[in-house]
Amino acid sequence: MTTTNTVMPYDEALARFEPVIGLETHVELGTASKMFCGCPTSFGAPPNTHVCPVCLALPGALPVANDKAIESTIRIGLALNCTIAEWCRFARKNYFYPDMPKNYQISQYDEPLCTNGYLDVEVDGRTVRIEIERVHLEEDTGKSTHMGGATGRIQGADYSIVDYNRAGIPLVEIVTKPVEGTDRLAPEVAKAYVTELRELMRSLGVSDVRMEEGSLRCDVNVSLMPRGTTAWGTRTETKNVNSLRSVERAVHGEIERQAAILAEGGRIIQETRHFHEDTGATTPGRSKEEAQDYRYFPEPDLLPIAPTPEWVEELRSELPEPPTVRRRRLQAEWGVSDLDMAAMHNADAFTLVEATVTAGVPAADARKWWMGELARRANESGTALADLPITPEQIARVVALVASGALNDKLARQVLEGVLAGEGSPDEVVEARGLRIVSDEGELSSIIDQVLTANADAADKVRSGKIAAVGALVGGVMKASRGKADAGRARELILERLGVSE
Amino acid sequence: MSAITRDEVAHLARLSRLALADTELDHYAAQLDVIIGAVARVAEVATDDIPPSSHALPLTNVYRPDEVRRCLTPEQALAAAPAVQDSRFRVPRILGEEA
Repeated sequence: MTTTNTVMPYDEALARFEPVIGLETHVELGTASKMFCGCPTSFGAPPNTHVCPVCLALPGALPVANDKAIESTIRIGLALNCTIAEWCRFARKNYFYPDMPKNYQISQYDEPLCTNGYLDVEVDGRTVRIEIERVHLEEDTGKSTHMGGATGRIQGADYSIVDYNRAGIPLVEIVTKPVEGTDRLAPEVAKAYVTELRELMRSLGVSDVRMEEGSLRCDVNVSLMPRGTTAWGTRTETKNVNSLRSVERAVHGEIERQAAILAEGGRIIQETRHFHEDTGATTPGRSKEEAQDYRYFPEPDLLPIAPTPEWVEELRSELPEPPTVRRRRLQAEWGVSDLDMAAMHNADAFTLVEATVTAGVPAADARKWWMGELARRANESGTALADLPITPEQIARVVALVASGALNDKLARQVLEGVLAGEGSPDEVVEARGLRIVSDEGELSSIIDQVLTANADAADKVRSGKIAAVGALVGGVMKASRGKADAGRARELILERLGVSE
Repeated sequence: MSAITRDEVAHLARLSRLALADTELDHYAAQLDVIIGAVARVAEVATDDIPPSSHALPLTNVYRPDEVRRCLTPEQALAAAPAVQDSRFRVPRILGEEA
């Protein structure tokens, strides 16, 4: 197997070719139990502890569909402006691969539950409509670990070991139609689409959509056509794209790779490629089986799904406010600029700020802490903002302490540090670290006495009317109190002590 | 002309991971041809006003509530596995030389 790593610089590639992209997104539903059996769906359990005769395909076991999963899929379809099928079936997708113990996956084939929708995304101030081809329901597969190879990949492995905890978790597949005309924005459009889709899933409450845990996974299709032509080129499908940034990188990288091949007169092979987080490059995966090789047929063990129009309308009427509408409303309520909104969106801070505002914090403060100190901490530790071990309620408490004068911003930062370090609630951290502002007059007076003695020159200057010199003395008090003094009160007391008034 | 070729039978056998000898391929190709012919006769009878059916029972929307039920223990789950490693099912190499 030879791999050519030639790439054409992005600008040149875009000057010669036009990209067409498509995205297939898999969302694990956040149901309590699996799609066709009562095993739990929680992440991270010891291997093969969430399995039963149904999801292990033991003889005689029969599946029964989870009503919540059907409902969630219809709600997703409605939120994506799809038509909901009045009647459809599950289908067996037959393939010989040990990630499913049945040797088939229950999926949907020619009768998806939801079809023909769209999702509008905003990129670079422009609205791009992404057409949705279909939304269907299937079951997730088990997790294989490949052993004995040098790379941990399936190629070259001696054998594999399989954990079926994930096998049978309800999985919704959302497939876009090919997206044309995005031109050089193709990578950003792909990222914006997945970001918006994730927001939508969150607002519907159907999934925790954590890309790093695989509850949101994305396959990226890219093809190129020479400028001035209209026939789409051969596409590749890049899998293993596990972060929003990677979606963007995968499209970017695949455009550069395909352009180089086409420019040399080469041919793109229709294949599955694997994305590598570390390098941003893709390598060829297994050659794709043809759809007919899956020998799809209607699943005989499950009865057809026929949602009544009344039920569908009821679900439609209960849909939450769409994320785009909600963002616009909150932007107006918070009085935030487009630029600041974009910054919050990019930092994935929007829902956190919103939750903090809901916890009673003024919008400006919520934004200040999440986009400032907390963003910095998240950056330092390389974690996502949402994964910081702090709750909006805890931030609300810190902000309340600042508002009441018990903390200043500097001390508040130390409280946040303590909470993040697992030292307890804000009040416990304040108590344990002794972080309350020193406004006790007696304690403050004795600190001021020390500072005035140690800085006699500055004190004299203030006495002689150079009030500006008081800054150095206040600074001294803050330093001596390790930031805990109430600076305003200290200033008043110093001036009073030196017999000066402003 | 037969409805299924020997090559197609060989392809289906490969998809099902069945190792069939040459004589078996001939044998099954002939048998499958008869089966397909029988199905074709049904298709001739089925006119447009007869919808295709996949299920014998006139039922739809049979669901269960989203409730967690007791699972097997890992010991029970793995009891019949031909090979086990680290509480996981151990399976032979998945991709052969072709990859």
